[in-house]
This record gives sequence, structure tokens and C-alpha cells, in this order.
Amino acid sequence: MYQRTLYFVLCVCLLLAPLAIYPVFLMKMLCFALFACAFNLLLGYVGLLSFGHAAFFGLAAYVTGHVLKVLELPTIVGLLGGTLAAGLLGLAVGLLAIRRQGIYFAMITLALAQMVYFFFLQADFTGGENGLQGVPRGSFLGLDLQDDLNLYYFVLAICIGGFVLVYRTVHSPFGQVLKAIRENEPRAISLGYEVDRYKLLAFVLSASLAGLAGALKSVVLQLASLSDAHWHASGEVVLMTLLGGMGTMLGPVVGAGTVVALQNYLASSPVGVWLPAPVVLGAIFVVCVLAFRRGFIGELQALAKKSFNLS
Amino acid sequence: MNFARKAGYAAVLGALAAGAAQAEISDGAVKIGVLTDMSGTYSDLAGPGVVAAAEMAIADMGGKVAGKPIVMLSADHQNKADIAANKAREWGDVEKVDAYVDLVTTSTALAVMEIAKQTHKVVLISGAGSSRITNEDCNPTAIHWTYDTYALAKGTGSAMVKEGGKTWFFLTADYAFGQNLQKDVTAVVEANGGQVLGAVKHPFPATDFSSFILQAQSSGAQVIGLANAGADTTNAIKAANEFGVVQSGQKLAGLLVFISDVHSLGLPVAQGLTLTTGFYWDYDDKTRAWSKRFFEKTGKMPTMVQAGVYSSLMHYFKAIEATGSDDGPTVVKQMKATPVEDFFARHGKIREDGRMVHDMYLAEVKKPAESKQPWDYYKILRVIPGDEAYLPLSESKCPLVKKS
Amino acid sequence: MDFLNIPLPAILAQLVVGLINGSFYALLSLGLAIIFGLLNIINFAHGAQYMLGAFVAWFGVQYLGVNYWAALILVPLTVGAFGMLLERTLLSRLYREDHLYGLLLTFGLALIIEGVFVQLYGVSGKPYATPESLRGALNLGFMFLPKYRAWVIVASLVVCLGSWLIIERTKLGAYLRAGTENSQLLQAFGVNVPLMITLTYGFGVALAAFAGVLAAPIFQVSPKMGSDLIIVVFAVVVIGGMGSILGSIVTGLGLGLVEGLTKVIWPQASGTVIFVIMAIVLLIRPAGLFGKEK
Repeated sequence: MYQRTLYFVLCVCLLLAPLAIYPVFLMKMLCFALFACAFNLLLGYVGLLSFGHAAFFGLAAYVTGHVLKVLELPTIVGLLGGTLAAGLLGLAVGLLAIRRQGIYFAMITLALAQMVYFFFLQADFTGGENGLQGVPRGSFLGLDLQDDLNLYYFVLAICIGGFVLVYRTVHSPFGQVLKAIRENEPRAISLGYEVDRYKLLAFVLSASLAGLAGALKSVVLQLASLSDAHWHASGEVVLMTLLGGMGTMLGPVVGAGTVVALQNYLASSPVGVWLPAPVVLGAIFVVCVLAFRRGFIGELQALAKKSFNLS
Repeated sequence: MNFARKAGYAAVLGALAAGAAQAEISDGAVKIGVLTDMSGTYSDLAGPGVVAAAEMAIADMGGKVAGKPIVMLSADHQNKADIAANKAREWGDVEKVDAYVDLVTTSTALAVMEIAKQTHKVVLISGAGSSRITNEDCNPTAIHWTYDTYALAKGTGSAMVKEGGKTWFFLTADYAFGQNLQKDVTAVVEANGGQVLGAVKHPFPATDFSSFILQAQSSGAQVIGLANAGADTTNAIKAANEFGVVQSGQKLAGLLVFISDVHSLGLPVAQGLTLTTGFYWDYDDKTRAWSKRFFEKTGKMPTMVQAGVYSSLMHYFKAIEATGSDDGPTVVKQMKATPVEDFFARHGKIREDGRMVHDMYLAEVKKPAESKQPWDYYKILRVIPGDEAYLPLSESKCPLVKKS
Repeated sequence: MDFLNIPLPAILAQLVVGLINGSFYALLSLGLAIIFGLLNIINFAHGAQYMLGAFVAWFGVQYLGVNYWAALILVPLTVGAFGMLLERTLLSRLYREDHLYGLLLTFGLALIIEGVFVQLYGVSGKPYATPESLRGALNLGFMFLPKYRAWVIVASLVVCLGSWLIIERTKLGAYLRAGTENSQLLQAFGVNVPLMITLTYGFGVALAAFAGVLAAPIFQVSPKMGSDLIIVVFAVVVIGGMGSILGSIVTGLGLGLVEGLTKVIWPQASGTVIFVIMAIVLLIRPAGLFGKEK
């Protein structure tokens, strides 16, 4: 029950947020929150650590940018195109990567994503190092998305949609099987589940949603660039999920918000001059792994559970 | 300092005398936003030095322009277009920044120009190099100050061909800036009767250049053109040195070499390199005087990018003094109407496409024995008049240029 | 794109250069494989430690007057000791957790180490002079091979094979192999396994630092020198199959050669060829060329 209240309060906050906070910054946060949720679907609920999710995020950003700028199709088509492309890439990468587990899985996804990155670097449609710039935002059902506020509510609606999709997936029978695979893969196999299929489906779903996030980002910031696809971006999304709490619904959202806000702060404050962002992010990584493995939300939940038990 | 202050007073008085019809400084302050590479590949040639140069410019104005305080914001764009665009948008919407300064890579410059186009803010570009900035992608309120790929091509390219380097082979960083540079140089080489034998594109950034150097060697070209920048250039030069490129009779043309690159390579490796630069600290008394102040502040001699930032800001501030306004199009109009003549720019003027045309220098890196003091690196071979160095307006693809 | 148009000397020259790169891959993947074998973690900080090796060598010259040859011995010891400190204070807390945490921890460490060096020294790199005795080049007929690069091949081969012999032929190596198979049993036999783990990690890190010193005169000593290299080395390790010592050496050298060849035939693909090979190997032999299916 309290969960529903929490979500409700959160939604109200998000609806009112642009009154107080710069909407473009909020939209960026939302995109990364969706990205982290997509990633968490894989890490938190299937136990697969992908170190190459930036490839999907980046590909979708490029495809969307290309569809909107060069083909001049409507915004919604661009978003769908980007998501679809990321899903297809997810299928290809997933087919290879799920052949191994654990650390191998992480390294394979990392290496494949690096390959995709090199491809982007050289392909014509990405604009190489310059990136794809001046992507038009267009309109949706007569709503002019050039206006920051309009776009904010558009993005918010899509992100909530994505979040609900992740929620439904996790709480469906399919999600239960995924958790079973995470906890004990051999047992899931012996129960007759075709584990690889489940993993692949989860991977494709996660890649598509990561793609949707990337597609939105290219509409919001009106550009797609190589940094979207760089392995640092893959590392960042891992950090967001870890910091917020992997395997929790709200964790990635909180983590993404924290990391994006922190990066923003370090990029412009005097602190950032002697304390560069990578060092801070690295330190957070180390602290999280050593002392804080459940993340913000995970720790809170544990605390809540403990205090309920006590009372 | 004194001069600047006096000029400031004069301008204020002038503005008052003229009745100061519309002395409008929005929000009671002139805000400049320095966006540069503070920690990445190009932080030595721009980065903290650019911030220092901007601080010097503000201090020299006495912290005020047209009676209103000057506020500087700075941020690291990490050479990423998205970070630059995000920051520029936020600065414009939230902080009410009036001008964006520096922008080290072409991608960040184009991204910020895109935003400035919608908001009519001033963009003073110093670090980015592509000639696209004032050619096909030109923008009414963007001014490209220090150099561009066309001027580099024209300076180094034609000089090398005239010295007998008729056949060329390129090592090109495989991204837009490198390709742009290669294209510009190729045009110059061919126009001067030279010939391009081939090119190899290397990934950006690349660490090992040995195999690319080998290909350049086996091409048999007289000149190996390095169409890259920063660490890529220094690594390529080191590899060339190791594989005996210069000893076996081929010449290296560093198409974009900054004094910070030469400093990090050291003269024994860098000696003999021909290059084009927009500024050299040891050119005359005016450059020395300013550079000495810069050196005292930062411990390094300025690169052309850093000196260019100071120069562009002073010109910008003076235009605000003169018009009493910080409205983008108004200030840019005034800037374009005023010639640029300071320690940095000789015979400088800003054209309608936004290109600040000024004299460029063809230089050669000294031999270790010729260097008398630290940072004594260049021998100026020739002054290239601005009109010769930059793309003639008649060939421009910029829509702002009215063709007669 | 015509293969026949490429003169033989050019191909030979590229193969030699590929062998040099392969030497670095071999040294780095060997260190990764040794660490992985016993600790079961992937050392993401390997690239940063390689960079650290180059930087410590540079400090040596700059501030302490330590020359190249001394650095070749002292730097791996110093950086290896630093690695052991990291293992004792940080990594050792994670052995009971999922191995992925080791990967994440070392990723964080890599970010910190690189970030600090970027902050202190910028990114354009510091020059490191080639030792006097190795300046100049050998004329091989088809190319000028700088003496220093020839030395890199020799030095890394010696170190790689030496490490392999230690692991395969000595008692210490036998313990190591036993620990890889079953560390609890080894502990029961009275071997101090935690100490062995620390030493092993230190040894792996020392190999990376050794590679860093070797690399210093070739590339600039720069904070970013290891960060992209490490991903290529990951791919090398996946191709070779982790845990196989000889496999990682052979794969490292072999892939260097393949990469060299790609640079002549289709230079743009030279960045991706190793990843493509990785994908193919995964399809055919998921455990890697020399790996055992577990």
C-alpha cells in the first residue's frame, strides 16, 4: 500500500518539477533513469552484468537522429526506429553474449560494444566525432515539442510508460522465471525452462528500452554523439544502478538522478576544478562495492524491513 | 592595463556623451561562459590556460564593462558535443549567459552554434579548427577567431610544395576534423602543382603509429602530412622519428601543431617541423609583453588558442562599451565594423561570415642548439597576410555572404 | 583493397610491427590470466596499472635519477607492491561475494587512478627517452626496425616464457596451479593461501607495470595510455580462454600479427578486427581457443 502512495507522490513531484528545476536537465535525468531501469532489468532481475549497454543507447540515438534529421519523418517514428534498431542489435549481441556467464558475459558485452563504437566512429551516418547535430524535435499530435515544457511532459509520459513496462515485466510470470534463473540457473534448467530463451528475451527487452532512452535523449538534446556509445557510458549506467540499488524498482531512478546531478555539479562548480568527475565516480564505485552493495533503495528497504520486524 | 582602463573610460564617456540611447545590459551584468577542454586530450593547448586568459581579459577591463560587472562562468565540455550543448543551453536559459567562449573541438563548436542560432547569443570560437564553422555551417553571431583548417592548409601546404615537396601522403585522424584538414590540404597541394599519392586513416585517438608510418614510408611520398591534432600528432611524430622517416629523406608536415605539443615532444624530436600558427609569443615586443604576463600567471607560454581567447574577449568587451548593449546581434555588428589590432591580431578584421581574418605565421621548429631559452621554439619563416591565408569570400558557401 | 598490389616488404614490415603490439598484448593478457586463475576476478585496473608503470618510470628519471634499466626491475616491484596493498586493503574484502564485484571495484579503481593522473599531469603525455644503447635502427632489408622495438619483442618473450616456466616447472607454480583448481584443499595442506593470493595479484600487476616501462619510450607516458588498450586485451583474453597461461601468451602474439596484417589490407578495420575474431571464436568455441569448458 505504502508503495502506491510513494509512486503517486513521486509522479506528482515529477509533474511539478519543471516549475522549480530547469526542464532540459530534468529530461536528461529522465532519459538516464529509463536507461538505468532498462539495465537493471538485466542486472537486477536476471543477474547478468552487461558492460556494453551504451552501444544500444548510442545506436538508438543515432538512428533516431538520422530518421528525424535526414529522412524528416515525425518524432514518434524516429523514436520507434531507434528503439527497434537497438532491439535488433540487442538480439545480435545477446545471441553471442548469453553463451557465457558472469565475468565472461561482462567482458564479451564490453568488447562487442567497443566494436560497435569503432563502427560508429567510422560510419558516415554518425558524423564521426562531430556527432549528429541539429536533430529537430518536431511535434506530436499537434503538440509543439520545440517548447521545453511540452517536450518535458512528452518525455515524462514515455519514461513512465517504460518504467511501468519494466515493472510489469518483473512482476509477471516471465519475471519470476528470470529471478529463478538469477538465483539458481541449473535448477531453472532442470525444471524444464529454456533458460537461454528467457535470457535472450530479457536481453532484447533491456536493449530496446535502453534504446528508447537513447532515442529520447537525441530528441531532447537534439544531437547524438560518440560519447553516448563509449564504454564510459556503459560504466556510468552500472554505477547508477549499483548506487541506487540493483534489483529494486526505484533504485536505478534514484541512482541516475544522483549521478547526473553530481556530474552536472562537478562540471561547473569550483570543486570540479581540482576534483574531476571520473575520480568522484570511481570513488563512489569503490565505496558502493565495499560498503554499500544494496544501494540507496536497497539499504532503505532493508532498514524498513528490520524496523517492521522489530515493532 | 592602463591603456585598457583608459580606453574603457573613453568608451564610457563616449557612450554618455552620445546620450547612450539604449544602454541596455541585460540582467545588470555581462556574463561570459568559457566552455573548454579542462581535462582531456586538448587541455594543455586550451583548458586552464584559456580560463586564465579570460580572467586576464576581465581584470584588464577592471572587472567592468559599460559600467556593469563582468561575470565569468567556466565548464569542462570534455570534447563532447552533448555536454557542450547541454551546458550552453542551461547557461543560456538559466544563467543568462551572453557569450560562449573558446570551444575546443569542432563538434562542440557546432553544437553550441546550433543553440546560439536559436537564442542569438555570441559565440567566440578559438580552439575548434574546422573551416566548416564559417563556411557551410556559418552562423550570424558566431566568430571564429584564431585559425582554421583552411589557413593551416594554405600556410603549411603551399610552403611545403614550394620547397619541392611535390608528392604527399596523409596520416589522417579518422573523423570530421582530420578529413576536413586533409581535404583542405589536398586542394592546396594540387593547386600548387603537387600530387597526393594516398592517405591512411587512423582511429582517433590512436596510440601506435608505427604501422601507419610504415605505410607512409613505403608510399615513397616526399611529404607526410599529419592531418590530426594533439596527442595523435605528437605520437605520430615520435614514431616517425623512430623509424627514421626524416633521415631517409621524407619530410613531415605537422598540419596542426601547437606550442604545447612542441613543448611536450622536446626539440630533439620536433626540430625541423614546418607549421602554421596564428600566434607566437616571441614574435615582437607586444606579444612578449602579454605572454610574459600569461607566463607569470600560469607557468607556461600561451598557445595560439589561449592568446586568441584573450584577444577575442577584449574585442567583445570593447564592442559592448561602444554600443552600451550586450544584445548578441548588436554587439556582433559592432565587432564586425571595428578592425582588430592588438598583440594577437595583425591587420585583423571580422568578415560577414564570422571569420576573423588576421596575419598567420609560417614557422619552423628550431634545432636544440638554436634555442636560447626555455620556450624558444619557433623560427618565423614568413608572415602570411590574412587575405591570403583564409578562404576568399568569393569561394565561400556561407549563406550570410552576399554574392554580387 | 587489392591484396596483390601490396608489396611483400610492406607486409613483412607490418607483421614485425604487429609482433611488437602482440608483445604488449601477451604481457598484459598473461597478467590478467594469472590473476583471474587464482582470484577469479577480472582486473579492470590492469590498464591503469600499466599506465602507472610508465609513470613511475618517468618519475624515476625525472626526480630520482633512476635510469631505464634500473626502472625495468624497480618499477614492477614498486607498482606490484602497490597492487598488493590494494589487494590486502580492498579486494580481499570481496572474495566471498559475487566475482562481478571484483570487476566493479577494479573498474572504480581504474577511474580514480586515471582521473588523478589526468588532473596532475594533463593528457598530452610526457616524453621518455629511449636508452642510449638502444637508439638507432636495424636495417632488415625490408624495413628499418628501431633497435628499441626489437628489444621489446625479446624482453616480453623472455618474461612471458619465464613466467610460464615458473608456473609450470617450479614448486611455487605447482601451488599456484593447485590453488587455481581448489584453494580450500590447498589451505588444508598448510599453504598460506591468502598470502599466495596477495603475491599472485602483485605479480600480475608487476607484469602490467613491466609492460608499462617497456611502452614508455615508444608511446608518450600519458594517463590515458591504458584505458582503451585494456579493452582490446580483454578481447584477447576471451579469445584465448581465461586461465590458460600459455594460451594467453600465444593468443596475444597471434592477434598482434593479425592486427598488423589488417593494417595493410584494410586499415579502418584494424580497430575492430580483434573484436570480430572474438565474436567468431565465441560462436565456434565459447570457452576460447585454449580454454577448458567448465
